[in-house]
Amino acid sequence: MIRSTIEIAATREDHHIARMAALAIGLSLADAAIPLPVPGIKPGFANIVVLIVLARYGMGTAIWVSILRVLGGSLLFGSFLSPGFFLSFCGALCSLTALFLAGALPQRWFGAVSRSIIAAFAHIAGQLALAYFWLIPNVGLFALVPFFALAALVFGTVNGLVSARFLEKVEAAHRVPIQCVHE
Amino acid sequence: MRLIKPGDWLVMVLGLALAGFLFSQIRHGGEAQQALIRKGGEVFAEVSLFQERRISVPGPLGVSMIAISGGAARIVQDPGPRQYCVRQGWLRHEGDVAVCLPNQVSVELVGRKKRYDSLNY
Repeated sequence: MIRSTIEIAATREDHHIARMAALAIGLSLADAAIPLPVPGIKPGFANIVVLIVLARYGMGTAIWVSILRVLGGSLLFGSFLSPGFFLSFCGALCSLTALFLAGALPQRWFGAVSRSIIAAFAHIAGQLALAYFWLIPNVGLFALVPFFALAALVFGTVNGLVSARFLEKVEAAHRVPIQCVHE
Repeated sequence: MRLIKPGDWLVMVLGLALAGFLFSQIRHGGEAQQALIRKGGEVFAEVSLFQERRISVPGPLGVSMIAISGGAARIVQDPGPRQYCVRQGWLRHEGDVAVCLPNQVSVELVGRKKRYDSLNY
């Protein structure tokens, strides 16, 4: 066997992003496993990871994790390049854009819960826009909008609370210098 | 650090307001103006929903009777065996359709302008 001569040197950060993306993909699997009454509504637990990564490592890392989550998740579910994949991708891009803009909000007043809700609304807005202009140009689609908005609010709040709780714990752990081994 | 900061409450309230607004808008989109009656794929009649009247549409099995009253339309009588279109009752909103397939008669409510749906797109 001829060994590949192409060597890709993965940095520590690459490994970190890959780990976080893997975690996010695992959570999207959990999403898919939870049955919900209205099709198209998902809790979006993977966004918890994106929110935490955003708060701790910044926008660049969050973008990587989010995009890798969509790509990796679609390969796992077999939906790569299917309409569902593009909806996911569009939602993720809109969420990231909204998170980027929400970065301008003062941290003192607005926490992970705000960012989570804003991202959730941006996600459904992006998905619905793409669905309407590309897949189903039917006004009937708008009858679903209020339900999606309500779901975005509820799941956005829940995911934001989980992220906030996690971030709080991490901060507390950093304040008290107790050695905790992550790896 | 509290989990929910003051601004978070603001965002939640705004989100709830947005969802509430969307719920209030849900059926205010298109008002039905006319009933489009088709027979065998061709337009048989296009009548206003605001004039009370009954229309008989002859099809291959017999006569389907359509009633129009108070901005709504329904199929009152149909010779078809399963009576799906009759049981559908009053059609009130733009885009509502009742189809009597055996007798090749259909009623569709339309607004001022015809919008796209996933069938004719």
